[in-house]
Amino acid sequence: MSSAPVPMIAPPGDIESLRARIDRIQGGRRRAKSALAFGIDPLDERLPEGGLSRGVTHEIAGGGQNAGDGPAAALFAAGIAARTRGKVLWCLSRPDLFAPALAQVGLAPDRVIYVEAKDEKTVLACMEEGLAHGGPVVVVGEVARLSMTASRRLNLAAEKTGCLAILLRRWSRPNEAADVGRPTAAATRWRISASPAAPLPVPGIGRARWRVELIRCRGGTTADLELEACDETGRLAFPSDLSDRSAAPPAERALRRASA
Amino acid sequence: MDLPLVLIGREKNRRVVTATDSAARAGGLRPGMAAATATALVADLDTEEHDRAADAAALERLALWVLERFSPIVAVDGTDGIVIDSTGADHLHGGEAAMLQALVERLAAAGITARAALADSWGAAHALARNSAEPVLVAPPRHGMAILRPLPVEALRLCRETSEALRDLGFSTIGDVLAAPRAPLALRFGTQLTRRLDEACGRRSEPIEPLRLPDTVEAQRNFAEPIGAAETIARYVGKLVVQLCAELEERGLGVRRLDLLCRRVDDRVEAVRVSTARPVRDVSRLTRLLCDRIETIAPGFGIERMPLLAPLAEPLSPHQRLAALTDEILPDVSSLIDVIANRVGADRLYRLAPVESDVPERSVRRIPALAPETGETWRRDWPRPARLLRRPEPIETLALLPDHPPASFTWRGVRSRVRAADGPERIFGEWWKRDAELFAVRDYFQVEAEGGERFWIFRSGDGEDRGTGSQRWFLHGLFG
Repeated sequence: MSSAPVPMIAPPGDIESLRARIDRIQGGRRRAKSALAFGIDPLDERLPEGGLSRGVTHEIAGGGQNAGDGPAAALFAAGIAARTRGKVLWCLSRPDLFAPALAQVGLAPDRVIYVEAKDEKTVLACMEEGLAHGGPVVVVGEVARLSMTASRRLNLAAEKTGCLAILLRRWSRPNEAADVGRPTAAATRWRISASPAAPLPVPGIGRARWRVELIRCRGGTTADLELEACDETGRLAFPSDLSDRSAAPPAERALRRASA
Repeated sequence: MDLPLVLIGREKNRRVVTATDSAARAGGLRPGMAAATATALVADLDTEEHDRAADAAALERLALWVLERFSPIVAVDGTDGIVIDSTGADHLHGGEAAMLQALVERLAAAGITARAALADSWGAAHALARNSAEPVLVAPPRHGMAILRPLPVEALRLCRETSEALRDLGFSTIGDVLAAPRAPLALRFGTQLTRRLDEACGRRSEPIEPLRLPDTVEAQRNFAEPIGAAETIARYVGKLVVQLCAELEERGLGVRRLDLLCRRVDDRVEAVRVSTARPVRDVSRLTRLLCDRIETIAPGFGIERMPLLAPLAEPLSPHQRLAALTDEILPDVSSLIDVIANRVGADRLYRLAPVESDVPERSVRRIPALAPETGETWRRDWPRPARLLRRPEPIETLALLPDHPPASFTWRGVRSRVRAADGPERIFGEWWKRDAELFAVRDYFQVEAEGGERFWIFRSGDGEDRGTGSQRWFLHGLFG
């Protein structure tokens, strides 16, 4: 018996239609598809929509010595929020966030509404409320424990309105730290830890540097980069000593972008 | 110096002292004393006629103020108190203790010295407020009679003859009365005593007949067949809100506080209060806010009457949302604010605004979430940490005095070597706030540890003069 051999490589048109179908199945109800790009090519290329997708949950944890408090993770989240327009809802149960620091990465105090909940359950409930409402552009929540069900609920609420949901994982006890590694329904998972900054020629310290790890990314690939911390507009940057080596000269990059 | 003041009233045929201020109390004057004795005891005594009608009117005005601000069920309690059913309203003030504290503070700001207690029953709260509260007391839930035993018998709200007779018989505390057999007491003093005892320990219900503000916008519905299911309540809430909003529209008002009272067949009133940050007249929003709280209503054997009142309403007029076609409309979050505020309490929902102060913990103040946007922000000349510890934590350091950052430090048992540092940023105490800060100085440094973590540490004092601080080192914040 002989039959026609199955072609190993499908024609390109079929691939495209398949991709479109999978897209429809995965996030067909998602309203706002515009993603929030970082402006850092190696990072944006790994993300499925060329940036942080709206209408899904993103999870950010700290790393290193101060992992539990995650000051770098909080600023990373604030930097993301700073690059949007509109109100930001920040739900927390331990009010130790220092607002002047958020203002220094470009998140103006007029934009942030804080909810100080008495426990984490209420933090999640308030986040869900904010996401379902759709008024705030970004909803940030600080939690230690996050179950699969809870993160899925947040995803569903965010999907309807296209809000960007950010879960900041923070903990104070070691058993809570173990919980952070468990799977959740978040679309991306980041770990932001401090990294030694480039030494200055004079005494003093320069711009902070972070190790930005994209540990998990649905529909994309992982990344591990060393970047300069958010500036006053919430933008990350390549460390100057590295960018000279690896990235293309600025003129060439501008050209490439213009032709794209 | 003010003279001691007492109020003199007529009781039967005697002129007696009816109220004293603290100066007069210090002089040994007590209510119930003959007026002549009082004037003889204290030389420069200021006496005023006691105007009971004015007193009652003022107390009622005060009760109405409490009704507007704090709780839907408020009534005047005797001649010197106000009784509040806090169920269904304390969530708006961040819990029971916080609500009482806020109430006493607000009254103090208005020049009224008040004491407040919260207990399981009206009788117990009445007794505790007058005898144990200093100035606030929250009795633990299901406290029973144990908490009342040490209190004097007068705390039971008995008529004067009964309490005096009890005293004559040697009963001085409520515990004494409880220890005695009940039947002879009832025989001797009538049912008043046993009724008051039962009410105090919650064996007998005592409904509070709530005060009503004159001219309140209201809608209500009577049920021939008592209702109890949550869905049924929700359905009628929806109908009531429509009715109320029509009435509000006629008067051009929007609600700030909305009370749903559920009168049960057993004569108890279950109340739900919701508040809004701005005047609202939107049917779906108000229904949503009320329906969120239905789970807190205990319908018992059923609800037979459901009034919906708006004790605080403010003018609401249409306003223009955008001035030009090119303006971008940012989504309105006020409805979200209301939903969350009714869940976690309005004081837990806030924005942070800058304060002109160099002392970090004073540079931030909370403002209402919907306060007008000012565009103000903090000064950017010095970096500030992302997390500020609630209070600075002492660290052990190795540092050169006077201006050098530490070479290493130990915080929470972890030793870190300092790679690089920036500073000092000298912050002076605010002597106009506290005398202790007259010479106080803090020298802040931003230090980077070997792993790249950045910390905000300070030395209390300028490194030379002991008068400026203890010269010890503290960690105050974590940079991102």
